[in-house]
Amino acid sequence: MSPIVKRKGEKFTLPSKYLLLILTFLCTVLMLVTFGTDVFNRPLNTVVGRVVVPFQQGVGRLGEWLANRSEELVQIRYLLEENKRLQAEIDALTEENTLLQQDKYELNQLRALVQLDEQYGSYEKVGARITARDAGNWYSSFLIDKGWEDGLEADMNVIAGGGLVGRITSVGPNWARVTSIISDNSNVSAMTLATEDNLIVSGNLQKMAENCITFGQLVDSRNVVQVGDKVVTSNISDKFLPNLLIGYISSIETDANNLTKSGLITPAVDFEHLGEVLVITDRKQAVDEGPEED
Amino acid sequence: MLRKFVVFIFILGCFVLQCSVFSSLAFAGIIPNLMVILTSSFGFMRGEREGLVIGFFCGLLNDVFFGSFLGFYALLLMYIGFLNGKFSRIFYPEDIKLPLALIIASDLSYGMLCYILMFLLRGRLQFTYYFVHVILPEALYTIVVTLFLYPLVLKVNEKLEAREKRRAQKFV
Repeated sequence: MSPIVKRKGEKFTLPSKYLLLILTFLCTVLMLVTFGTDVFNRPLNTVVGRVVVPFQQGVGRLGEWLANRSEELVQIRYLLEENKRLQAEIDALTEENTLLQQDKYELNQLRALVQLDEQYGSYEKVGARITARDAGNWYSSFLIDKGWEDGLEADMNVIAGGGLVGRITSVGPNWARVTSIISDNSNVSAMTLATEDNLIVSGNLQKMAENCITFGQLVDSRNVVQVGDKVVTSNISDKFLPNLLIGYISSIETDANNLTKSGLITPAVDFEHLGEVLVITDRKQAVDEGPEED
Repeated sequence: MLRKFVVFIFILGCFVLQCSVFSSLAFAGIIPNLMVILTSSFGFMRGEREGLVIGFFCGLLNDVFFGSFLGFYALLLMYIGFLNGKFSRIFYPEDIKLPLALIIASDLSYGMLCYILMFLLRGRLQFTYYFVHVILPEALYTIVVTLFLYPLVLKVNEKLEAREKRRAQKFV
């Protein structure tokens, strides 16, 4: 039907190709505007937070429950056997435990010496539950069940199990999106703990299957960085707090330019089985509109 | 009005399922793309117009939650819905082959476009790796889910169409 020929009483409808054109234009403008700024974030995030997130949280519980049940069914026979074996092991371990208690006391003293533990402890932290994961297969991000109503803001760091998980990239009233450090679009400025050499840790979809993340641009002129070295977030990052554990170097090789080194890091966090995370509500001193590190 | 409400529930339900239940039940870390199933099946069942509008809203939902900027997925899914709408003239509800072919083609092209625009442009050149490990498994998983989801969408759409026809006759 041509839009010009309009019968009496018939509702005027825009032909679909014009609608397509208008929406294409709208999308392009949206992309251009939101690439640099986040003007639409607050209203849109509020709307979806009120409408979608309650469902998500409910169904997320259900999904978790389903996954747990299916895992239980698979494991139940295996567990029965394992249980017997473990009973025997417990006795041996109890004895070992007493020895380890002594070691732990020593370890705590040493930690205090390195001051790493103290720094972790002094940050203000909020616990949050993961409610949804990325709907696509390309990047790795997830949603948590707290938002600006709980005092969260963009760029806050997220940790779990003592290691760095990622940082908050978008906040709604009752949800927030965390982009994890294994995501292909994430780069973290880091340093080796022992030698304080700076390097860039970047997520990689290809290496994600092997449970690794890549690093590069390590200037190690003295040749002292080794496999097994601890990698933590660096002092010079503008988004990440210093000295959060990222992982351990698992392979290292010299680049073709003979100046820098690159390789793989085994992250300290098990990203496959994350259920709860801790959000550090202290932020690195905010620099006014610095260049985005994405 | 009822149609709008039903479609809204479908979009919301599929999105929530996709990022919660299916993420927990992912095979080899790959989750199916329910948004593509929804967009393209409404496209070839109802025509270009409905396809592109539903695609736009499905994409926008994805953008708000997981996109680094707004409009990217919306644009992608909108065009998928529009192009699927072109096939509404040769669509018959009894025939399952055309829907399956269209949905698998839509999901493959969605994956390809995502790869080209988000990965190739950032210098990730190993196309075969991404095709074998991400795009193809996603399409296969999607088609398996289609076998369950599509009949439901079809049935609901038929019910709605029958109802609309009845109401139209009443007014004449």
